[in-house]
Amino acid sequence: MSDLFVNVGRVDNLVEAKALTKHFGSFEAVRGIDVEVRRGEAFGFLGPNGAGKSSTMRMISCVSGRTGGELKVLGMDPGTEGPKIRARLGVVPQLDNLDTELTVRQNLQIYGRYFGMSRQRCREKAEELLEFAQLVDRADHEVEPLSGGMKRRLTIARSLVNDPELLLLDEPTTGLDPQARHLLWDRLFRLKQDGVTLIITTHYMDEAEQLCDRLVVMDGGRIAAEGSPSELISRYSTREVLELRFRPGAQKPDLERFAERVEVLPDRLLLYTQDGEATLQRVHEQGVQPVQSLVRRSSLEDVFLRLTGRTLVD
Amino acid sequence: MQTLRASWFAFEKTWTWYRRNWRATAVSGFLTPVLFLVALGLGFGSQVQSTALIGGVPYLQYLAPALVVVTAVQGATFESTFPVMSQFMWQKSFIAMVATPITPAQVLYSQMMWIGSQLFLRAVVFVGIAFALGAAAGPGILLAIPVAALAGLAFGAPLVAYSATLEKPEAFNNIFRFVLMPMTLFTGAFFPVSQLPDWLLPVVWLTPAWHGIELARGLTFGTLNLLPALGHIAYLGALVGVGVVLGVRFFHRRLAV
Repeated sequence: MSDLFVNVGRVDNLVEAKALTKHFGSFEAVRGIDVEVRRGEAFGFLGPNGAGKSSTMRMISCVSGRTGGELKVLGMDPGTEGPKIRARLGVVPQLDNLDTELTVRQNLQIYGRYFGMSRQRCREKAEELLEFAQLVDRADHEVEPLSGGMKRRLTIARSLVNDPELLLLDEPTTGLDPQARHLLWDRLFRLKQDGVTLIITTHYMDEAEQLCDRLVVMDGGRIAAEGSPSELISRYSTREVLELRFRPGAQKPDLERFAERVEVLPDRLLLYTQDGEATLQRVHEQGVQPVQSLVRRSSLEDVFLRLTGRTLVD
Repeated sequence: MQTLRASWFAFEKTWTWYRRNWRATAVSGFLTPVLFLVALGLGFGSQVQSTALIGGVPYLQYLAPALVVVTAVQGATFESTFPVMSQFMWQKSFIAMVATPITPAQVLYSQMMWIGSQLFLRAVVFVGIAFALGAAAGPGILLAIPVAALAGLAFGAPLVAYSATLEKPEAFNNIFRFVLMPMTLFTGAFFPVSQLPDWLLPVVWLTPAWHGIELARGLTFGTLNLLPALGHIAYLGALVGVGVVLGVRFFHRRLAV
């Protein structure tokens, strides 16, 4: 009996979308997608620029209305209960929109006020988040001169001011150097461990593999595939890939018979196979002499290539 | 009530910014009235013969209440253009706000609150300086303060709405040159509009500056009748209303896509 009451207002699917669409005039950005995001998981939208990821995120963050289909966020309808839902969300936008002429600490405090938190609570929360974002020694500096990585960490810290149940991150590490990215991923892992549900859009496959429990591959406003990173790789690719690079303009040999599948890219051939080294051996025995060869594990990049015939990052 | 509360939180952001940067605006808020009153009131005014047409008062005193209004309209023009565009496009603070429970309409209200409070503050400073320089004809000029804020908002509110539709700032320069400039010079602040050709008067009557100047001057010299006063207030109030209604619509269109 008591369980019944504990579960009031608590749903297990934080996001439920059915046949969700978004049009801008005659342009169809999202063309009917079904998505479920479960409590506690890190869910990803992977796809190239223009795939409809950001439009989807804006609908989930209850900023942009949907054109058609159904959408429930935290069990409520964004069309009618936007402010109520947004009060429980954290949003990290693709482009930083910090108040650059205010200090780091003021940015956090002011944002807390937007959620109607008391001044006292905002002050306490700001201290806690400065710690989290590793920006304690910058607390009273203006935001403008901070590095890209620091601004990004501050944006993420700011999105946590209301202790959100669901955190939406749109391209969180685009434009950051590798060190800054790893620091950021580390912060996101911590959040995940604390039970925050994450939704991440990215066009970096390594980011998706690192962070996401489950993801959908989006292309042209539709979902091309869904699963965990390892499921997707085993379903749509082989264990290993042999990459052969040839001289520019050289005729590429036909190697179909050596692999389960061959992808021809402008500068190289990808041979999908269970054992890359063995395949390379056999290719060499046939007298084929590539300029360069590389054996690697399959990645989501290969999944994307298989599904769409294109690479993720051009 | 909820709306007012949320708008207030958004207003606090600008206030926090202002507390860090008030010195820059304070200089212009102080200098503008001093320069105008000294140059035009004391300097130029020393060469102006008072006539019955300007009520037989010294030119400096004739000028002061109208200048309170004119500088408020100018201030409103600046506050309603670049800062609004910036918060959509460059600083993006409006975009940050609507990711929280704050709605686009509440963002607009907070912006109007901010502009109104700025205009009020500047008008207070102006009237204070007018008293110090002997440009105030009497305590009636205190009423020019709310009038100036209202006239400023009457121009600012529709302009904020318009700014929310723009992608590029070029149009602002045209507003400064072809709307603000003539509205400053030809709406009765520096000479009675009866000196203008008759065909131009209907255009003058459309400007919020003219209504504000009529009100401010009439209240300062006690020459205003109730009915025209209510008419001026109603017209200015209506412009604010139209501006806010359009602003809510355009802010929603811009922020909720």
